[in-house]
Amino acid sequence: MRLPLTPSQTVGPFFQIGLSTTIGSHVVGEGMPGAVRISGQVLDGAGEPVPDALIETWQPEGAGRCATDDEGHFAIITSKPARTVAGDAPHLDVSVFARGLLTRLVTRLYFPDERETNDADPVLQALSPAERSTLVAVSDDGGLRFDIHLQGARETVFFDR
Amino acid sequence: MSISTRRAHPPNDSPDYQSSRLRAPKQPLRVLPGRLGELTAPLLAGETVGALDNDLTRQHDAEPLGERITISGRVLDEDGDPVSGALIEVWQANAAGRYAHRSDQHPAPLDPNFSGAGRCLTDADGGYRFVTIKPGAYPWRNHPNAWRPAHVHFSVFSPAFAQRLVTQMYFPGDPLFGQDPIFNAVSGDDAGQRLVARWSLELTEPEWSLGFAWDIVVAGREATPLDDDAPG
Repeated sequence: MRLPLTPSQTVGPFFQIGLSTTIGSHVVGEGMPGAVRISGQVLDGAGEPVPDALIETWQPEGAGRCATDDEGHFAIITSKPARTVAGDAPHLDVSVFARGLLTRLVTRLYFPDERETNDADPVLQALSPAERSTLVAVSDDGGLRFDIHLQGARETVFFDR
Repeated sequence: MSISTRRAHPPNDSPDYQSSRLRAPKQPLRVLPGRLGELTAPLLAGETVGALDNDLTRQHDAEPLGERITISGRVLDEDGDPVSGALIEVWQANAAGRYAHRSDQHPAPLDPNFSGAGRCLTDADGGYRFVTIKPGAYPWRNHPNAWRPAHVHFSVFSPAFAQRLVTQMYFPGDPLFGQDPIFNAVSGDDAGQRLVARWSLELTEPEWSLGFAWDIVVAGREATPLDDDAPG
């Protein structure tokens, strides 16, 4: 018999006092070969920044996380994953926590320089072009930009986990 | 796993919880193909957690005010197997119901001897243990005269992405459950009760502190082949 899961609850507005530095914004060192800075803004349904969100990235090489600042901005230094599930384009698994979210949101960040592998990716193939565009980061000032829209016309595609 | 996951977790679209209204996505969640998505990241390094990081009563020169408590239990997956080496981080209000956070405006006193945060790694049996003080209830502005039941925030970070969980642990018999939209967003087959710890005589230390037992169940781990495991 399977045990019933412990339900999720919101991370709330004060999670920053509980975050240790064990997992931080650097999955790899900033100067490492292949290091890429991923930055973005978390926005709500009114287009306002979300200043109390927690963004986490997950990949075989390790996990990163960053709380948003007063303007909803986050930044994580990582690298493109070297390994992927067979058939998938390289991507980061991304979790979004925030006050107002009772359960984490799960999305994916794909890389803009992987056009061919992205075109062959079964998850991206199942989406409309507009939806796909919410999951592919854009090149920005030497790094990548990945904004997360929780609601609205540009709502990010989120996955059932 | 998806079906049981949906059944266990509260929907983000829970309008009684005011903060959800502009933040919960409006589009339905997409389903990832079953073979995808269960990657594991490297184990967390044990040496980054100090031996006393799980005792919130010993982080300052003197003891914090409040009822001393122990909270202990195991982290298990759905199959009942222990999840060892998981990082558990906790944070909470002090005994007066105030967080040591710059944004907490509740006019209750801060306690100079209480920061309200701790962490530990689960042992080989998935076990964890925290020593702290019982947090106070506090008001918030969700609805007129709204009060959060006393709770401790728990974050569970294991090597498997699917197992990631952030939740809150509550105390048995709290009279504030009935009016709390966060607790009540969990519905179905008494799932909310799985967020409520059990008072434990075994964990209660004579002449010293009360004990509460609380086990945490996270999703199971499913092995997924990676590209470089494939032939050729």
